[in-house]
Amino acid sequence: MKTKNYITTYCLFKCSSRYLVHRSNSNSQYSSQFPGFRCQFSRTSRPLETFLPDPKRNLPSVVHPLREYIGRDLTSASNFSGHTHRIPCRFFGSAPIVMQRNPMFSTINADDITKFKEILGEKNVVQDEEVLLAANTDWMQKYKGSSNLLLQPRTTEEVSQILKYCNSRCLAVVPQGGNTGLVGGSVPVFDEVIINMGSMKNIISFDKDETSKVKAFVPIQSGGRVIFRKTTRAKVIFRNEATVPSLDFGCFVSIRFVMPLDLGAKGSCQIGGNVSTNAGGLRFVRYGSLHGNVLGLEAVLANGTVLDMLGTLRKDNTGYDLKHLFIGSEGSLGIISKVSILTPPKLSSVNLAFLACKDYVSCQNLLLEAKRKLGNILSAFEFLDSHSMDLVLNHLEGVRNPLPPSMHNFYVLIETTGSDQSYDKEKLEAFLLRYMEVGLISDGVLAQDINQAFSFWRIREGVPEALMKAGAVYKYDLSLPIEKMYDLVEEMRMRLGPAAKVVGYGHLGDGNLHLNISLPEYDDTVLGQVEPFVYEWTSKHRGSISAEHGLGLMKANKIHYSKSTESVHLMVSIKKLLDPNGILNPYKVLPSSLTS
Amino acid sequence: MKIMVAIKRVVDYAVKIRVKPDKTGVETTNVKMSMNPFCEIALEEALRIRESGRASEVVAVSMGPQQCVDTLRTGLAMGADRGIHVETKEMLYPLSVAKLLRALVEVEKPQILILGKQAIDDDCNQTGQMLAGLLNWPQGTFASKVVLDKEKQEVTVDREVDGGLETLCLDLPAIITTDLRLNQPRYATLPNIMKAKSKVIKKYTPQELNVEIKSDLQIVQVTEPPKRKSGVMVSSVDELIDKLKNEARVI
Repeated sequence: MKTKNYITTYCLFKCSSRYLVHRSNSNSQYSSQFPGFRCQFSRTSRPLETFLPDPKRNLPSVVHPLREYIGRDLTSASNFSGHTHRIPCRFFGSAPIVMQRNPMFSTINADDITKFKEILGEKNVVQDEEVLLAANTDWMQKYKGSSNLLLQPRTTEEVSQILKYCNSRCLAVVPQGGNTGLVGGSVPVFDEVIINMGSMKNIISFDKDETSKVKAFVPIQSGGRVIFRKTTRAKVIFRNEATVPSLDFGCFVSIRFVMPLDLGAKGSCQIGGNVSTNAGGLRFVRYGSLHGNVLGLEAVLANGTVLDMLGTLRKDNTGYDLKHLFIGSEGSLGIISKVSILTPPKLSSVNLAFLACKDYVSCQNLLLEAKRKLGNILSAFEFLDSHSMDLVLNHLEGVRNPLPPSMHNFYVLIETTGSDQSYDKEKLEAFLLRYMEVGLISDGVLAQDINQAFSFWRIREGVPEALMKAGAVYKYDLSLPIEKMYDLVEEMRMRLGPAAKVVGYGHLGDGNLHLNISLPEYDDTVLGQVEPFVYEWTSKHRGSISAEHGLGLMKANKIHYSKSTESVHLMVSIKKLLDPNGILNPYKVLPSSLTS
Repeated sequence: MKIMVAIKRVVDYAVKIRVKPDKTGVETTNVKMSMNPFCEIALEEALRIRESGRASEVVAVSMGPQQCVDTLRTGLAMGADRGIHVETKEMLYPLSVAKLLRALVEVEKPQILILGKQAIDDDCNQTGQMLAGLLNWPQGTFASKVVLDKEKQEVTVDREVDGGLETLCLDLPAIITTDLRLNQPRYATLPNIMKAKSKVIKKYTPQELNVEIKSDLQIVQVTEPPKRKSGVMVSSVDELIDKLKNEARVI
């Protein structure tokens, strides 16, 4: 499996060659921005014709060709290539995947387009090349599909009708929100119809509990940038009214309530996608997972059935709690069309410290103490190593090292959120000074105003961006026991030697490591050294190969590293029950060999 | 040589300002307050002069309610040697502040007084100039570069003026007000926060300084700027010209 970095498939659509041209055109644009991609584009721009025999002629007689050929190595794949097409697309984030389009799925014809226009109106059936190019490509520029149809439903009813029709025609679909996913879950693999949920962005209602004034429920339609309009019962304002979004944790702020979720992609992600992928983010340590914060949701099943689970109750033990099936299912069981979210009250006192630690053990002990001593006000505990810091300082403009002149081995961000500014600040100061004396903290700064806090967050949140600018990057999002977490980074560093830059950062408070391997260019030999080692190591230490990013396309076949065979089989049964034709976000989440 | 720096506690730069419902002013309850960014720059400049060995002490001064002590603590954590707090619950206007500062100058006898060019809450841009008038000291406002010559007892100040830079040479004692590009203020490090705890903040009241707080101004009303109307698409150049002429009346 080492040297294959393309996809083998039976059907390559004529439109793909068109996109190919687009892609090589965009080469210059991206290469200046991301030097590491230069190689990628030149490689993918080879003439396509040689790979283009008649698709239908060579279809094997087996019904489930995926099962037959998945996992074949290069020799068998190239022997086979006389009968196949290569999709000019690399899966950089993961080991090479040999994958083919599921021939069960139909292709779009003129009647389908007419039908969709009937349902949605002319304007919301998009075939514009520019729009499709963007929708086919993921944020990291790693995954690229070849869909030639994008639909923009505005109501649940429209979603239902679309799915009902697609199911009857056996047309595969991929639901898409902000398209900020990191595992290729939000872009088509082949020619799936893209259902863009961006038009469904209204707040349906906003309630606050009049007696206790602590609860607020916001059912939100799935898409949108979680942009809120003013409602009568409680004042909600646009997120961008706050100059510093990261302090207002989350995709929206209200004057008195906040979103219990904040992540680096907050400017462009959408709540439907956040819920579908069970996004984690920076305030997880305080507010917990979306499984706890989503009070209810409405989902549309593959056959068009609308499941109304849009409760706003905190406690509801009637039968199986089905909404949890959809949270984190990455659009493979149904499309989430409405969400109701618990929004905690907004607290006015936020303090942020940027600290340096001499070794990983100190970070770990500091976390332990922070949980003990700051427990009630702790709202984020993040870490990054010196290599990450180095990248940020070198690649991002306007970022300065808060702790000059020397570099420290580890940096930790501790944020507290509470209701009393002077009490909280005193508490945090006392905590920091104490552990500085003990030696757990070697140096540190405390943000004196929001701007300073913003510049500290910029360093932590800027790591992924800096990695993109540094060249090629292999990203892994792992849950590990905290004491073992950094061992993996060190082992990986030893394993790869000086050729690759291995950086570790992430949500230390949640035991979530972002392991990133940065190279000047994508390199299959390096990838061969990284995978499956990283998955095996994680599995050995009983970690999870996907803490918050999801499995998507990148790790669909790797699920067994974290889940038992029995569990995976049950998941497959659930998938088959809810989506018998497998039209919802195919090739993702579960191993294709089991689902097709 | 002693440098005095005036620092003001204002609504944080990054906070979205809201007008009080009764239109008497800006909402400040439960709003994050921080040091005025221009004052931060003023303090940073004073600290740099001290660190270069050309001054021996930096004194930070703040005026207003009890909470100003927090802002002074920030100043001390940045590196100021001691603080002075003039405590009053009254609303302070630039002239009152200038008079209070004059009184403090007589007590402290600094050679240089550095202020921010303006506070981001009222945007008055008056205190430094008024104080220079009251003390009859030379002033270098909107400073983007400050060079102090201790021997000659003079300071050279580059000012950002329309169309370029103006360089002034002032005899000490002098007043400098700082512009945005003068320097980049430092962060408060933990060791310095620890040291700041033992630094002295001396308290005065306006009465002790013999200054009567009164204002010759009366605030009639504070309102938000009118909301910007959403734009329109025009279909032709003629329509655009027509709109610019007749609706916007700009051509």
